Amino acid sequence: MSEASPAKAYALHLGVIALLFALSFVLPEYHHGLLARIMVLAVFAMGYNMLFGYVGLLSLGHAMFFAAGLYGAGFAVIHLGWNVPLAFLAGIACGALLALVIGLLALRTTGVAFMIVTMMFAQVFYLVILYFAAWTGGDQGLVVPQPARVLNLGATSLDLTNPTVRYMSALALFSIVLLITLAVVRSRYGRVLVAVRENEERTKMLGYDTFSNKLIAVVVSGTICAASGAAYALLFGYVGSSLASVQYSILPLLWVLLGGAATTLGALIGTVFMYYVIDIASGYTSAYLLIVGIALILLVLFFPKGILGTIRQRWLGWLP
Amino acid sequence: MHFGPHLLLAALEGLVTSAVLALTALGLSLVFGVMRVVNVAHGEFFMLGAVLAWAISTAIPGHPTVGFLAALVIAPLIVGAIALVAERLVLRRLNYNPEATIVATIGMLYIIQQLALSFYGPEARPVEPPFSYRILLPWFGYSGYKLSIIAASALLLVLTWLVLTHTKIGLIMRATQYDSETAQAFGIPVDRVYAGVFALGAMLAAIAAVLIVPISQAHYLMGQDPLLLSFIVVIIGGLGSLRGTVVAAVLIGLSDGIISVFFSPTLAKIIATMLVAMVLVFRPQGLFGQASR
Repeated sequence: MSEASPAKAYALHLGVIALLFALSFVLPEYHHGLLARIMVLAVFAMGYNMLFGYVGLLSLGHAMFFAAGLYGAGFAVIHLGWNVPLAFLAGIACGALLALVIGLLALRTTGVAFMIVTMMFAQVFYLVILYFAAWTGGDQGLVVPQPARVLNLGATSLDLTNPTVRYMSALALFSIVLLITLAVVRSRYGRVLVAVRENEERTKMLGYDTFSNKLIAVVVSGTICAASGAAYALLFGYVGSSLASVQYSILPLLWVLLGGAATTLGALIGTVFMYYVIDIASGYTSAYLLIVGIALILLVLFFPKGILGTIRQRWLGWLP
Repeated sequence: MHFGPHLLLAALEGLVTSAVLALTALGLSLVFGVMRVVNVAHGEFFMLGAVLAWAISTAIPGHPTVGFLAALVIAPLIVGAIALVAERLVLRRLNYNPEATIVATIGMLYIIQQLALSFYGPEARPVEPPFSYRILLPWFGYSGYKLSIIAASALLLVLTWLVLTHTKIGLIMRATQYDSETAQAFGIPVDRVYAGVFALGAMLAAIAAVLIVPISQAHYLMGQDPLLLSFIVVIIGGLGSLRGTVVAAVLIGLSDGIISVFFSPTLAKIIATMLVAMVLVFRPQGLFGQASR
């Protein structure tokens, strides 16, 4: 893997961040807005990848962590009147707590049962949102009012509805999470996670407490997804149950599979690629779910390592 | 209406749900039991059955009974053929790897659903029941057709059980389920058994859908609820256990019918899903299944 080249890996990641920064000044307005959204969703995918790619746990319920951040931040602003940083932290805290509880329960199962259990917990979460429609707005959702989406930093205040501020905030979150992911993956702990994925019994035999390592991974993964959800609520101002539905548990899986599981940049590439495919296709047909379905099947059939996974295997062995 | 008759009505409605659910869940359970494949697209085979039933019964002129009976035969056959193609083209190439097949069947779910939306449309369309005889109970009249659903489902379940326990085909299927490698070593064409079981599972879902469609209209999203309920039934009954599946279907169908009459359906679903998740976490072999080998 990436033994020899820490400098190369960090240079690549910083280069990607610099490229995204530079794109902010050249992209036309429509793509500028789209890319801001894609970066926030790529954070969601990175959180998913942490668990699916590195630990090998396939969850079908990560929408609940995204939604926990979304509703945690949204409720804090709408119902409690908190300011933006506090609301963001509230969203993250909700996701972390939920991930801890779900992890403690779901990690008692393995394999197929883990997928079904996570899917069912996410379904319960979704139905609870619909049931308490008085607070959550049901399937209509809630809109975070524009005056509440202003970040006050002493003398200056940043309006999160301004496209440039929004883009830079999304980029900041994306960069922080990307570098954290890279650091975690390259750390001792990251290697233990990969060991659990490759052979859990043997890792256990070597004296590692695999359960708590997996639990930490679930919490880290859930927290990152919640950060993405909280940012989504604050930057795009919409908090709705459709973002908690099964489909939003499947999408990060698709993005990660496409970009390449267990690659740090795969989440971004997969999200950009799929988002644009759907965006372009929806210009011709409303049947974009058909494309999602066909992409899923083709990926598992012919391309199980994804774009970056294949590149790493063929040419660039040092890719993290 | 007094409480007693109201409860009886709820129980009857619950039994109809159970009957359809048992057939659908049996399909899911067979596929999981024999092939170890979790078929997320199972609900879409159910939906296809209903949609095809509408198409067939409207295409055939004359008395509704003729159209319905034709649908009952043709719709499951078409769905079975589609499942067979999907199995050959996708699942077999994935070597029935549990995780890859889940992702692939999610893909099938989206494809089938979207195609149904494109070609059938977003409307819910009714199918006329083959007969409309009402049975008069002392407190209320009850649709004779609904009672015949229960009878038809029971008949099919007994038939499946007989096939599984008393025929050569059943023996081959059970051998494959018990240990596919040894079965292969003894000359059982495991490959073809898998294909047959996958088609059979889809056909059971389609039959269930044709039976229910005269009471609950065909719609392109109608596969979602049966999928979730079938999962619940299969898990409660123990993955791959036929008797458990039937018992659990009756249990879930009755309680769903009764809870939905007296409480909010969303709340009923929340409680049921939560309970099932807990069963999976703390008793993974199901309430009736034996500990896994």
